[in-house]
Amino acid sequence: MESKSFTTGNRDNPNTDLHGSKNMMASHFLRALFRIQQTSTSSSSFAGRSRRIRRAAYASMAYSAGARRAWSRALLRKLRSRARLRFPRRLSRTARPQRRDMDQAQVLRKLVPGGPSMDYCKLLEETADYIRCLTTQVRLMQTVMDSISSYAHHPMIP
Amino acid sequence: MSSRRARSRQSTSSSRIADEQINDLVCKLQAVLPESRIRGADRISAARVLQETCNYIRSLHRDVDDLSERLSELLNNTEASSAQAAIIRSLLICGTKTGLGQVEFLRLDWSKTSLAEKLAILQAGRLNTKQANHGP
Repeated sequence: MESKSFTTGNRDNPNTDLHGSKNMMASHFLRALFRIQQTSTSSSSFAGRSRRIRRAAYASMAYSAGARRAWSRALLRKLRSRARLRFPRRLSRTARPQRRDMDQAQVLRKLVPGGPSMDYCKLLEETADYIRCLTTQVRLMQTVMDSISSYAHHPMIP
Repeated sequence: MSSRRARSRQSTSSSRIADEQINDLVCKLQAVLPESRIRGADRISAARVLQETCNYIRSLHRDVDDLSERLSELLNNTEASSAQAAIIRSLLICGTKTGLGQVEFLRLDWSKTSLAEKLAILQAGRLNTKQANHGP
């Protein structure tokens, strides 16, 4: 279902946009990973390297969307300020009756970068794009993992 | 920050349009959620969509954390030249798709790679160029 409609008034064809940004995401992440691999020694901590990789992941996402999206602008701001990248993990398991969608919107605002300053409509729109980007990044990381593991075992096979 | 209550004070037609717009956005949001999270997709409420959205985003964040750790471990356990060759190869594949192949290549720090690594990387590059030349 190719129903990706862009309400941001983007000049570009949405389909090529997504394709281009996917590769931009991949090349950014791979370059960062290369740097991390080169600069990490046997003495560097596992947690430190892991944090750098995680940071690179979010950076790649943000750069691929660039300044076009409110969530990516907010994410870039967070990354540049070198603040710790944190998202709320607490699962709001409510035994109470179903909350209205406005209350859920508040929960959602904490999960999407830049959420707190968005109105309801903007939030819905930005969230959809954020999720698309997140899923692409997750798939990319999985692919890279598979590629490195298989290459390590069969270096000469294309 | 607009609220539903504020909009209902306006004329009926504009609030209807606003509601339609919101329903449309909620549908689009539902469309990016994985199938398994939504059951009986037709009559789903906006609140439920948002709830599932929150759950899904949280699980995606967990996936990023998890994959970062696993990648870190993999890089630690894999021989440097193999890991680098695999990464370069993937980069070259990306590069040919975006037409930035040469640029990516030049940005990498060759001084830090050993001869064996360089050979592995060039090998990967040759294989990729072959594929690219025969590609569509």
